[in-house]
Amino acid sequence: MSELPLRAQLAAALGKGAASLSRATGRGDGSVIGGRIALKVEPNLLAELARGRRIALVSATNGKTTTTRLIASALREIGEIATNEHGANMPTGHITALANHPKARIGVLETDEKYLPQVLRETNAVVVVLMNLSRDQMDRASEINLLAKKWRDALANSQAHVVANADDPLVAWAGLGAPHATWVAAGQRWKEDSWCCPECGGHLKREPDPHWECPECGLRRPHTTWSVNTAADTVTDPQGVEHKLQLRLPGDANRSNAAIALATAAAYGIRPEQALPRIRQIESVAGRYTSIVTRGVEVRLLLAKNPAGWLESFAVLDPPRVPVILSVNAQVPDGRDTSWLWDVDYTVLRGRRVFVMGERRTDLALRLETDEVAFEVADSVEQVLTRLKAEQPDITKVDVIANYTAFQQIRTAYGRVQ
Amino acid sequence: MSDTSSTLRIVWIYPDLLSTYGDQGNVLVLRRRAELRGIPTEVVRVHSSDPVPVEGDIYLLGGGEDRPQILAAQRLRADGGLKRAAERGAAVFAVCAGYQIIGETYGDDAANPLPGVGILDVRSGRGDTRAVGEIVADVDPALGVGRITGFENHQGRTSVGPSAKPLSTTVLGIGNDGATEGAYQGQVLGTYLHGPALPRNPALADLLLRWRVGDIQPLPPSWGERLHDERLAAVL
Repeated sequence: MSELPLRAQLAAALGKGAASLSRATGRGDGSVIGGRIALKVEPNLLAELARGRRIALVSATNGKTTTTRLIASALREIGEIATNEHGANMPTGHITALANHPKARIGVLETDEKYLPQVLRETNAVVVVLMNLSRDQMDRASEINLLAKKWRDALANSQAHVVANADDPLVAWAGLGAPHATWVAAGQRWKEDSWCCPECGGHLKREPDPHWECPECGLRRPHTTWSVNTAADTVTDPQGVEHKLQLRLPGDANRSNAAIALATAAAYGIRPEQALPRIRQIESVAGRYTSIVTRGVEVRLLLAKNPAGWLESFAVLDPPRVPVILSVNAQVPDGRDTSWLWDVDYTVLRGRRVFVMGERRTDLALRLETDEVAFEVADSVEQVLTRLKAEQPDITKVDVIANYTAFQQIRTAYGRVQ
Repeated sequence: MSDTSSTLRIVWIYPDLLSTYGDQGNVLVLRRRAELRGIPTEVVRVHSSDPVPVEGDIYLLGGGEDRPQILAAQRLRADGGLKRAAERGAAVFAVCAGYQIIGETYGDDAANPLPGVGILDVRSGRGDTRAVGEIVADVDPALGVGRITGFENHQGRTSVGPSAKPLSTTVLGIGNDGATEGAYQGQVLGTYLHGPALPRNPALADLLLRWRVGDIQPLPPSWGERLHDERLAAVL
C-alpha cells in the first residue's frame, strides 16, 4: 500500500472502514460498499491498485465465481493472491479485493460480463479467462452477440493473453480478437444461443461435436491445446499428458471449469501436478453446492440463474428418490422477466418428488404442469422438511435449486453458509 | 385443421434463430391445450436451412436479436412457404422480432426499412427508448380474449395499416406505440408480448385453436389462469 499515492491510500482506508461496518452490522460482506466509498475519493483507484500486479480477469455467464476460486487456489502455489471470492464482480468489488491484499503480486478477479472491457482497460490485466456466453437476465443485460463484440474489441486493444473455451463459438470469436490465446476444449452443453455465426450471421455447422464452422465466412473453432474429458474425469495438457481431476465439486460443468483453471495456472507457470491438489480441496463456493444439515436432513444448495445453469444443476441432482425443491424469484438481480423458465426442459424431473417455492412459484407451477411433472407448492424449506419428515421420518437428503435472490434468501435463513 | 388429416400441425419457425425468450412455451402450451381436448397434434420444428412446409395449421415465430432477425426475414422471404401457408388460411402467431418480420417492413433504422414477409399490414421502425417491462392490454372485443398480460423487451415501434387491426389497447407498457399492442389480419396475429405469451394467456392460445378447429370445449381453470390473474394483480 505504501506505493500508492496519498489520495489512493486514503480512499482505500476509507473503503475498508466502511466494509468493516457493513460486516459488523450484518448488512453484507462489505465488498460493494467499501469499494463504492473508495471510488468517490479516488476515481482512478482501480488502476492505481492494479498497477504492477499480474491480474487475471475471469468472465462468463456461468461458472465465474467457481472458476475464479479454482484459479485463485491454484495460484496460491506462488504466493498471496488478491481475489473477490464473494462474487462482488464489478469495479467496487475489485477495489475491495485489491485493497485488502496490498502485498499480493497477483490478482484473480471475477468480472461481470458487461464490465469486462472497462476493467480490462483499467487494470491492464495480463490474462483474461473466458468460459461461456448464454442468455442471462435479458431484461437488463445486453444481447449476448453485442457483448461478444465488445469483448472482442476490448481484447484487440489490449496485450492480454486469453485463456478461452474454444467450444463456445461466441466466446471463441471474442477471444480471437486477442493477440495471444490458449484454447481449451472445455465443452458446451447449452447450445441454443450459438447457432448463428458471430462474424457473419450464417447458420453454423456444428458437427461432429465439438467442431464448429461457418460455411458462409469460414470462421471455425480454433485449434485447442487443452481439453477436458468429462466421462473419463480427466484433463489433457498441451504435452498430451492426462491428469485425473477427482474434484470434490460435482458435475461436468465443474470439470470444464477445472480445465480452464489448469490452463490459466499454466499461463502463470504452475503445472497441473501443482495446481490439482489445491483445486481438489474446494468443496463449496460462496454457498454453492454447500449442504446445510437441519433436523437431521442434508439440504444441498445449487444455484442456477439461467437456462444453462438449470441444465447443469439437473445434471448433478442426487438419485431420483431424493426430493428437490425449486425456488424462483424475479427481483432485479434475477432478471424481472421469467420467460427463461420456458427455455428449460423440466421433463427430467418426472418421477421425482418436486416442490416449488419463491416469489414466482406460480410461474414454476405452470411450467411444470405443462411438462407433466407432478409438484407441490411450498412456502419455505422448513415447511417442506416438516412435510417430508412426517411422511418419511428417516429421510436424509433434499436438493434445492434456486435462482440468485431465492438462493440468497435460503442461504441467509441458514446463516449465510459458505 | 388441414384437409388431409385430423392432426393439428403446429409449425415452429426457425427455433435456431428466433427463440430468445422462452418462445418454446407457446409451442408447449398450444399442444397441451389441444391434447387436453382430445385433438391429436404434431409439432414440426423448421430449421432455418430447411424449407417451410405449407400444410401446417398454426405457425409460430418467436423473438430474436437484430442479426438473427434479419437472417430469418431474408430466409422466409426467399423460401415463400410461410406466405403461401397464410394465403391458404393457416393461423400465424408471431412474437416480437417475429411480429416485425411478418409485416410489410421492419428495420433497425426507420429511415432505411427492410422488407418483411408481408402477411400482416404493419410497418415497424425503431423507437428512441427501449420498452422493457410488464405489459397489459385489452384485446379487441371481437376476438373474445379479454385482458392479456406479458413481458415486453424491444425497441420497435409499429404502425398498423388499413388491412390489419390493432390486437389490443395498451393498459400498461408500450406495445406498438403506447396506445395499441399487436395486430391481426384474418388469422395472422402478431404481438410484442414476448416469449411465453400463450402460457400466460390461455384465452389467447384458445383463440388460435378456435381459428383452426372451430368450437372447442372449455377447460377447467388451472395454473395458466392463476398466473394470468396473479400477474395482473401484481402490476396494475
